[in-house]
Amino acid sequence: MNSRLIIINIVRWVILILVQVLLLRNLSFYNLATPFMYVLFLLLLPFSTPNLLLYLIAFVTGITLDMFYDTLGVHTSACVALAFVRVSFISVSVNRDNFDEVEPTLSNMGFKWFSLYAMLCILVHHLVLFILEAFRFSELSYTLLRCLFSSIFTLVTVILISFIFYNRKQR
Amino acid sequence: MRNLWIFINRYNAFFLFIIFFTVGIVLTVKNNIYQRSITLNSTNEIVGEVYQNLNVATKYMNLGKVNDSLSIENARLSAQLFALTHIDSAKNETVKDTISNYQYTYLPARIIKNSITLRNNIITINKGSADGIQSGMAVISPIKGVVGFIRDVSPHLATIQSLLHKDTRMSVNLKKNNALGSLVWGEKNFDFRKAFVKEIPNQFKINIGDTVITSGYGAFPPGIPVGRVSNTAVATGDNFMTIEIRLLNDFSTLQYVYVIKNKFAEEVKILDDKIPHE
Repeated sequence: MNSRLIIINIVRWVILILVQVLLLRNLSFYNLATPFMYVLFLLLLPFSTPNLLLYLIAFVTGITLDMFYDTLGVHTSACVALAFVRVSFISVSVNRDNFDEVEPTLSNMGFKWFSLYAMLCILVHHLVLFILEAFRFSELSYTLLRCLFSSIFTLVTVILISFIFYNRKQR
Repeated sequence: MRNLWIFINRYNAFFLFIIFFTVGIVLTVKNNIYQRSITLNSTNEIVGEVYQNLNVATKYMNLGKVNDSLSIENARLSAQLFALTHIDSAKNETVKDTISNYQYTYLPARIIKNSITLRNNIITINKGSADGIQSGMAVISPIKGVVGFIRDVSPHLATIQSLLHKDTRMSVNLKKNNALGSLVWGEKNFDFRKAFVKEIPNQFKINIGDTVITSGYGAFPPGIPVGRVSNTAVATGDNFMTIEIRLLNDFSTLQYVYVIKNKFAEEVKILDDKIPHE
């Protein structure tokens, strides 16, 4: 069971990074909305991942993206911030005692929980990403606008992808 | 001591966040100041290889367009050649040797990675220091328009700081009256088809549709067309004005570029270094 989870996560990582770098990197609506779908990988890591490992995975994922985007450090910081929001949100909203779900997927946790979880994580990730990318406060309104539209775009793609793999039997 | 350890362990998520986030921020800031992290950008061997292989598909899709542009250029060059070889030999005239002191040489290169949607755009090309490319050289598009400057160089690849970058500035002037200005992109304009020319003195009359060319003061040869004026009153009320131009060069379909080698670049640099800076 455990090794199966690891293999699934590695395959998911490779596919999402390739889709992000080869397809979504070239996609943009009016230079305002750019999707960053690879965050889905960090959202779907198992509940049992230790915090240190979670941060290491987020760091490596971010730095891989940075190598392809030529923006060293920007995606790394954003992914680490996402990991922090993930840990906080799960510790507040999930009761560990009588709990047997493995991964925080849409089919395991329900639409309401998953959409709120994804929205918070994506919003913080994009906020850090766009502010660090612009790196100045003079264009703050434009940066925030880009952040908002991109967050909506990413959230919609993440939820659509989750519905593709929706498994009704598990609930 | 034990209590401290328990405290840290209990809130480990927060402390780990602080540690990793600091590393991320430090990387970002370092990259913004020095812009010289060659190992972790797309001149890196592995990443460059991936882009180079995957670019094959895009190359095929744009083959028709590239063919057209090449044939246009071919026609232009053969017209020049015709003019040079079919000299009326009956006419007696002195021939000036222009080969030995030809100032600019052109080096063609293929783009293997390009972007137009980011805040600061970097282009990667498939020629590097082995082909004689050095940091700071000017890059133009084969048909018309400017592209940017060479930033980092590895043996077989190089990155170009595109015009679509907040730190890129070029010296340009108006073809009509030689009014000098500086070409910038960014600052509330993120459309890859437009750019601003700043610091033009107010006394010049500028009309929509006027051609803007390179001035020849920087790394670029003089007289390369850059764009046409599309809006003359972006910012006034000062001794200088800012105008908006529509770039001739389409960054979204760029496939090949010419890197310009200036024979006198070294000499200019040596002379510039002798000027005392305040």
